Amino acid sequence: MSSTDISMTRDTHHVHVEHDEHHHDQNFFEKYIFSLDHKTIAKQYLFMGILWAFVGGFLSILFRLQLGWPEATFTFLEPILGGWIQNGKLDPEFYLALVTMHGTIMVFFVLTAGLSGTFSNFLIPLQVGARDMASGFMNMLSFWIFFVASVIMFWSIFIETGPAGGGWTVYPPLSALPEAIQGSGDGMTMWLISMGLFIVSQLLGGVNYITTVINLRTKGMSMTKLPLTIWAFFLTAIVGLLAFPVLLSAALLLIFDRSFGTSFFLSDIYIAGQALANTGGSAILFQHLFWFLGHPEVYIVIMPAMGLASEVIATNARKPIFGYRAMIGSLIGITVLSFVVWAHHMFVTGMNPFLGSVFMFLTLIIAVPSAVKVFNWLATLWRGNIRFTAAMLFAIGFVSLFISGGLTGIILGNSALDIQLHDTYFVVAHFHLVMGASAVFGMFCGVYHWYPKMFGRMMDEKLGYIHFWFTFIAVYLVFMPMHYIGIAGFPRRYYNWTGFETFNIFTDLNTFISIAAILGFAAQFIFLFNFVYSMFRGRRATENPWHSNTLEWTTPVLPGHGNWPGEIPTVYRWPYDYSKPGATEDYIPQTVPFSKTQSSNLPNERDFE
Amino acid sequence: MITIAIGLSIILLLVILYLLFRIGTLASIFRGSTERAAGTTKVSNRVNGTLLLLFLIVGGAAFAWSFVDAWDTMNLPLASLHGEWTDSLFWTTMTVIGVVFVITQILLFIYSYKYQHKDNKRAFYYPHNNKLEIVWTLIPAVVMALLVFGGWQTWTKITSAAPDNAVVVEIVGKQFNWMVRYPGQDGKLGVAKTSLIDATNELGVDFSDPNSHDDIINPLQIHVPKGKPVLLKIRSRDVIHSVFMPHFRLKMDAVPGMPTKFWFVPTKTTAEMATETGNPDFKYELACTEICGRGHFAMRYVIVVDEPEDYEAWLASQKPFVEQNPQVLAKFQQESSEKLVADAEKGTAEEVKTEL
Repeated sequence: MSSTDISMTRDTHHVHVEHDEHHHDQNFFEKYIFSLDHKTIAKQYLFMGILWAFVGGFLSILFRLQLGWPEATFTFLEPILGGWIQNGKLDPEFYLALVTMHGTIMVFFVLTAGLSGTFSNFLIPLQVGARDMASGFMNMLSFWIFFVASVIMFWSIFIETGPAGGGWTVYPPLSALPEAIQGSGDGMTMWLISMGLFIVSQLLGGVNYITTVINLRTKGMSMTKLPLTIWAFFLTAIVGLLAFPVLLSAALLLIFDRSFGTSFFLSDIYIAGQALANTGGSAILFQHLFWFLGHPEVYIVIMPAMGLASEVIATNARKPIFGYRAMIGSLIGITVLSFVVWAHHMFVTGMNPFLGSVFMFLTLIIAVPSAVKVFNWLATLWRGNIRFTAAMLFAIGFVSLFISGGLTGIILGNSALDIQLHDTYFVVAHFHLVMGASAVFGMFCGVYHWYPKMFGRMMDEKLGYIHFWFTFIAVYLVFMPMHYIGIAGFPRRYYNWTGFETFNIFTDLNTFISIAAILGFAAQFIFLFNFVYSMFRGRRATENPWHSNTLEWTTPVLPGHGNWPGEIPTVYRWPYDYSKPGATEDYIPQTVPFSKTQSSNLPNERDFE
Repeated sequence: MITIAIGLSIILLLVILYLLFRIGTLASIFRGSTERAAGTTKVSNRVNGTLLLLFLIVGGAAFAWSFVDAWDTMNLPLASLHGEWTDSLFWTTMTVIGVVFVITQILLFIYSYKYQHKDNKRAFYYPHNNKLEIVWTLIPAVVMALLVFGGWQTWTKITSAAPDNAVVVEIVGKQFNWMVRYPGQDGKLGVAKTSLIDATNELGVDFSDPNSHDDIINPLQIHVPKGKPVLLKIRSRDVIHSVFMPHFRLKMDAVPGMPTKFWFVPTKTTAEMATETGNPDFKYELACTEICGRGHFAMRYVIVVDEPEDYEAWLASQKPFVEQNPQVLAKFQQESSEKLVADAEKGTAEEVKTEL
């Protein structure tokens, strides 16, 4: 540790020198709790993300029980759920609250904070060659504001009227009127406060990621030598920075409507025996504002996963990622287009049909860059020499799930087809595959791959394989049948469907889905065990266990404060020189100059440094 | 007692699994497999490669079987004109994406299996090929353009203005049921206002409007004639609901403060559908598909498609709301004179409110 600190003073500025003086007696709080170190903050995000994932997953098991066995009594859940179970039956409003919290937790707390928060924080400084984030303090603030947001959201689950219950999209007037549903009382207030804080946290983090990528790249690290992970994080942060403030405005206006009697979203309402005074508001306005974030949000979730998978696929196929520039180009294409497709969530809200035509056109364009990415991943695997590490399996699983879920987006993006499929299980199947499961797979792939750099030990590969196979099969078993019932029009967010003759023929399929979901959830405990066990008793990692090219693998096994003990290495080449003909090893790290690899240099690289 | 036994056996099972895991780890250290670069172990690679291939074959077969098996249940009987267009567009698009799905998944798993690690092999250094990139950008772009064109044509037809002779039915959502109103003989719905809603007048119809006097409210079922355009005028009086009639491939949100509409042409009567499906009790159903609260799952209404003459007969048999509830009309006539006075008094107070 001390050697790290001494060398740090050499090439960093004044502030760090001062900081250095009291550095040695860092107490427990400075080191592990209110740490400014990007690696510690990344781990904090990871732990929170995993914790939230289990909470969110558990909630989904609860409502899958109800859906799978609609006639059963769940007296055995009484010890956990208390008053929410009456005579063995789940309360319908609590069912809606479960669905709402599952969505909110998974989308925002796991796949936004847990994914970007962990890997942007951990990898950006390590892969661009920086000592730390541009602002360590803002970074710490970002995590702790997220933590407060988490506490409030978690707390809201336990209040008497229950958490927010209007769906994760919290459309008013349902979310604005406590008379309409219990969850729109204090639960919704806490939801809004928590999300407000969450957005602040994301903005603080995002500014940091962008600044670090632009300003703190090491010598030689041009934008076209960045690993695809960094490109993905960079563009994700830009999307978040532009989109999240719009959600904040929507949340603020909703707070005004709820608490201060304004009518931004409310008009002509008669509820609980009286007509409300609100007039002139537009319920649709909220949906526009919400989806202006909401749609970019799914790219905020999936782009980091794409980056992680790209990196892991190239490394383990021992091949350069195919079409590096096309990959960057398609990421930029997705970034830009993600802002102009939001209203495809609103085809049947009564929005002007002409607007529907425009958004259908824009939505289907976004399929093109996504297709390009898939073809490039396939071309990367072609004639590779694939090492099936657990991370690689999850990356392959990611591609498979992304294809399966992405393709149905072409159907849902078509406004004429969306009439029948909107708010049915077809939509549920689509987005769970393409942004839920595949982003989770991207996250697992990242955890297995970078675990050695995070904790200095390897995760157990065999347990990783078992975890992968159970999860992969379970995901398909859960979401494939959902397409079938969705095509038949089975609606989302139904507590019970037995009253409808059209839908009550699907009992068997629903039971099947629920069993698969329970198995899939159970398999995650294998991961949890592996994750915790390996931290203490896993095999010790070497500096570069995967024979990878990127900069983070040139750091010590457990990089200290400042990441590199000596000078920050200089970068000479792109990160994907795998299996280059003429080279002795099948990888050439970014830090190896061309002058040292004469035998493998391509004709145009002869004169490079 | 049983819970303790179950708990104990679970703990025992976990202990056994843990021991197996430890033994496996020690054995692999013994075999020296830990000394090889991660992911290059022969057995693991072969097992995972084979499993990936098996997943493709078995998974693909299971998917195909389940798809065929669920075919009849997933294809809901169809009963509207525009539904024919969207259904054919849906299955055309499904075929296109199905082809892409099969090809890409096969390539993904075959490549993974075929190019698994071998010690004596080296991957093929092939960083880019601009021609390929252009080809596989253009092909999806062209396919998308065609699909957009098909979708746009269908969408424009569906959302075009309803014909003038369309049968008008007003559907209003509330927590947690639907309310329905027919315009009656004059073909015009009376004006409705939120402020007029009360326990009897659930729709807030302004009965001082003569158009409202023959309005039929809340019949037991929604009746529509076969082969004639039907225009649904959709409203909500509390939160957002969504009118969903799966057999007619029809969905439109009911938004408070913003009336919406959807028109369609039913093509099969309920009786015809009962014969087609072999279910004598067949019913067309209306469901809510926008989360609206506790009773979201129970907002059901039955729609009956009649032969046009049966429909006319049914319509003639329905009594206007005013006839059924004469006291409502009386109340309005009485109130209207009182209201003039009250409005004059309230006028000043309301003005101040709007200024704020």
